[in-house]
Amino acid sequence: MQEQSKAKTSSKIDVKKIFSRLGPLLALVVLVILVTIMSPTFVSPANLLNLLRQVSINAVIAFGMTFVILTGGIDLSVGSILALSGAVTASMLASGFAAPLALLAGLVLGAIFGLLNGILIAYGKAAPFIATLATMTIFRGATYVFTNGNPITGAKMNSSFLFQFMGRGYLFGIPFPIIIMLVAYGVLFVLLHKTSFGRKTYALGGNETAARIAGVRTKMVTMLIYTISGLMAAIAGIILTSRLSSAQPDAGTSYEMDAIAAVVLGGTSLAGGKGRIFGTLIGALIIGTLNNGMNLLGISSFYQQIVKGIVILIAVLLDRRSSNNG
Amino acid sequence: MKIEMKKITKSFGANRVLEGVDFTVESGEVHALMGENGAGKSTLMNILTGLYQANSGEILVDGQPTTYSGPMEAEQHGISFIHQEMNNFLEMSVVDNMFLNKELRTKFGLMDNKAMREQAAHYLSLLGAKLDVEQPIGNLSVGRQQMVEIAKSLMTDAKIIIMDEPTAALTETEIDQLFGVVRRLKEKGVGFIYISHRMEEIFEIADKVTVMRDGLSITEYATKDVTMKQLVKDMVGREIDDFYPDRTPDHGPVAMEVKGLTENGVFKDVSFTVHQGEILGFSGLMGAGRTEIMRAIFGIDKYQSGEILLDGKPVKIRDPQDAIRHNIGFLTENRKDEGLILEDSLHDNIVLPSIDGFVKHGLVDDKATDEFVRMLMKRLTVKAMEPDVSAGSLSGGNQQKVVLAKWIGSGSKVLILDEPTRGVDVGAKREIYDLMNELTDRHVAIIMISSDLPEVLGMSDRIAVVYEGKITGILDGKTATQESIMTLATGGVEEHAGAI
Repeated sequence: MQEQSKAKTSSKIDVKKIFSRLGPLLALVVLVILVTIMSPTFVSPANLLNLLRQVSINAVIAFGMTFVILTGGIDLSVGSILALSGAVTASMLASGFAAPLALLAGLVLGAIFGLLNGILIAYGKAAPFIATLATMTIFRGATYVFTNGNPITGAKMNSSFLFQFMGRGYLFGIPFPIIIMLVAYGVLFVLLHKTSFGRKTYALGGNETAARIAGVRTKMVTMLIYTISGLMAAIAGIILTSRLSSAQPDAGTSYEMDAIAAVVLGGTSLAGGKGRIFGTLIGALIIGTLNNGMNLLGISSFYQQIVKGIVILIAVLLDRRSSNNG
Repeated sequence: MKIEMKKITKSFGANRVLEGVDFTVESGEVHALMGENGAGKSTLMNILTGLYQANSGEILVDGQPTTYSGPMEAEQHGISFIHQEMNNFLEMSVVDNMFLNKELRTKFGLMDNKAMREQAAHYLSLLGAKLDVEQPIGNLSVGRQQMVEIAKSLMTDAKIIIMDEPTAALTETEIDQLFGVVRRLKEKGVGFIYISHRMEEIFEIADKVTVMRDGLSITEYATKDVTMKQLVKDMVGREIDDFYPDRTPDHGPVAMEVKGLTENGVFKDVSFTVHQGEILGFSGLMGAGRTEIMRAIFGIDKYQSGEILLDGKPVKIRDPQDAIRHNIGFLTENRKDEGLILEDSLHDNIVLPSIDGFVKHGLVDDKATDEFVRMLMKRLTVKAMEPDVSAGSLSGGNQQKVVLAKWIGSGSKVLILDEPTRGVDVGAKREIYDLMNELTDRHVAIIMISSDLPEVLGMSDRIAVVYEGKITGILDGKTATQESIMTLATGGVEEHAGAI
């Protein structure tokens, strides 16, 4: 009797699990259908590739943010890290350094900035929101100092094929940023779902004390996670700098919000412990489709923000309802 | 004021907590209430102050049947309850804490800070406590906070003050001060209900003592007419049935030795050994420091000095990961907060301490972990259909088995079990006991902390008793009795409680 009732609840849970996993995907499909009805050009290959390329920067940042949010943290400094590491790469290129070296420097720097966040949070015991709010301001300030407040550009910078290729190249007809996004997705998907590090990420977010007692080195995991987030922001920074052929000191401002929105739309809980990187990919696509669709429909960018905000609210409210029921 | 509680009965669901309890207290006396954890003392007091309603029985206040709607109303009628956890707002000032929710106001409706400061200082000075009432209450020692709490009761004109384990966190001097205040107030006609485990305090301060056991009030004595021995006997007075499986221990060499482990103010000079295949019970009252000792051994908390030896070799354990690497496992007292990640699956919970052993070419071998988990679930008869259900959806007994599976899976050779059967139903209890026997048959050394005396006596080969952070004796499990344990656990000395 008891066995039976248990079996019943577990099958119920499965249905709900599937539904909550597919929820964001369902929302995306509905959205795509709606936009297509209103503006058939939406589904043209050219527009879709364009959309994906637009999405790639936010998606790459959001993948890193997924790890952070899974631990119950937040990283507000990603936009500033993007700008600062982009500026360093650009300035190295402009002063004649070889492209591979300049790119590597930008990436390493982004990772170091992320590590710094991690140290503040793991060892300084700073609340992630406050710690990264502070470093967000510091890194942004440092970008202005470094660039003197002017965009970095120049002939030498644009003569590097490798650098150009990052944001503007095509591989088999597909814009290279999309490839970067897919590779980043693949790597981080494996890291999250197939390695022990990924398991520890979930454990840390689900119950830090229990994770520590089960032998998870929680400080180490926290530092690595913020390092990943910094690195992903730097990758996005390189894509953006290459797309614009210049490093803007105010690049990436408020990108952290779009990244957080993508993670949350993808069903990851801000309380940590629950969520999937697939959801984040879908969340980024939802935001991209909204932007792209509203542009096609000629909706003013002022209204676009309102619509985006409302969509995020609806998603969060629906998510709350389903988790309360469970 | 005279309070008579008559034939009080209370059940929570199917769980009967109080059965026809009688208890009386009057102004000008200190009436001690004793009993093991779970004997029903707190429930009885919560019924008196109106937090719970009794299922039957009556409360007479000065002869009139009375029930209070809640602690607020009880307080207004002169009965105040000083809880063990004082629930102060540590960042707020002493005076703000004292007047919380009963602030004095000026005629313009604003807070009358001056009057509140004066009153607070006045009542504190009645207790002989002079302190700056505007400092945050968190700056005060626990003893001083207790004084503030009593001052608060006086402010509401309390005639009966209930104190729950008031000395648990006090120093000797603070206890003396507290007793001075209690005596002075007693002379002024205040009555006290004094809940405590500590024998010597009862004999020092109480006029009467009532012992509760298993929801019954066993007896009421005048303190001068009773012995410590009699009280201990009344507190534990249960027979052990054959609920515990037979043990045929086959002890191997020493698996773990702890020497002189000390952390100031928490535990002191703790030394013991546990052999392969042995169950070493750890008994003592709540707050005696048993859990803290184990947390230090497992690397969760720090300790100042001392040494831990495994198989005769000294080891350095800096964090739980080190402990796990040395094949120590720790089932914590609080499985929901520390033992399990409730929203994660059984699979993920069980695998977590062993996860690094399942990595092949950088990736977790899912097939191997799945087999591992199914094997453990079968061995421990965890009643769940599939390893992917969430840990939070299981019953207490099954959750405890999942935590055990975790530590058995990680290859523990020394297994620390902190209250392994708390919140576990009778059937699952027996299964856990059988499992403990099975583990010791395989030469695992088990350290079992338990507040359940019959359990300690029924399962342990030896029993270490902890009182105020010190091991006051290590008894042989065969000859130990509830009385001999309780005597050591309450700081008493018994001649035939020889250490081994």
